[in-house]
Amino acid sequence: MMLNYFLLLGALLFCMGVYGVLARRNGVLVLMAVELILNSVNINLIAFGAFNHTVAGQVFALFVIAIAAAEVGVGLAIVLLIYRNRRSIDVTEIDLMKG
Amino acid sequence: MQAQNISFFVIAAAMVFAAFRVVTSTNVVRAALYLVVVLAGVAAQYILLAAEFTAVVQVLIYIGAIIVLFLFGIMLTRAPIGRSSDLDNDQRWLAVLVSLLLFGVLAWTLNDAFSGAKIRFTGGPQTTAQVGDSIFSTYLLPFEVVSVLLLAALVGAIVLARRD
Repeated sequence: MMLNYFLLLGALLFCMGVYGVLARRNGVLVLMAVELILNSVNINLIAFGAFNHTVAGQVFALFVIAIAAAEVGVGLAIVLLIYRNRRSIDVTEIDLMKG
Repeated sequence: MQAQNISFFVIAAAMVFAAFRVVTSTNVVRAALYLVVVLAGVAAQYILLAAEFTAVVQVLIYIGAIIVLFLFGIMLTRAPIGRSSDLDNDQRWLAVLVSLLLFGVLAWTLNDAFSGAKIRFTGGPQTTAQVGDSIFSTYLLPFEVVSVLLLAALVGAIVLARRD
């Protein structure tokens, strides 16, 4: 199998995730797009691990999965807190730091 | 080899379609369910790359835990369950432009650097035992750090989300 197939699939998923992060209004949907980005990185890690005949790719992918779980837990808690304080999770309305 | 290529393209097409629906769907719950398709496709790609332990972990953690967390998040924030037209903000076309440019650059670079590189599966699959050996010898310190990080994230999420 060609290495490039997996890398291009990862790049495509990554760009869709970037689009989702930039274009979505709903906080939960932004977190879903972040998951797309993390998964594309994992595909790259595993593909390079298989390409170089090493388990390091798999180990790093496992670490990324663990960190993604932590990220979603804290991220959803923050979104929940924003919802509780403002009755909306529209991320474009959170502009307190705008000058 | 041929069967692997065919299954790669079938799974990749399903994943790309589902990922497109995740970022464009007008229904929050449907976006979460399309995300399940993407994550299952990623697990299938791991199996194609002979990384079966990571594939199982992917199914357990992503589809088993993270999607459930997302569905709870959708429920608790009372997101509109049906269709809603205001899920995208007004930077939409700028975002399309940015992601297309990014994909162009990435595809060009990858094509330049890795065209013709083949993955050869020689010497049997990398077994779960090898992955475990590697985690508990070479990567022991990062492993412990990740477990402390998970604990910190757990405590942090509880502190953030509880009512007081």
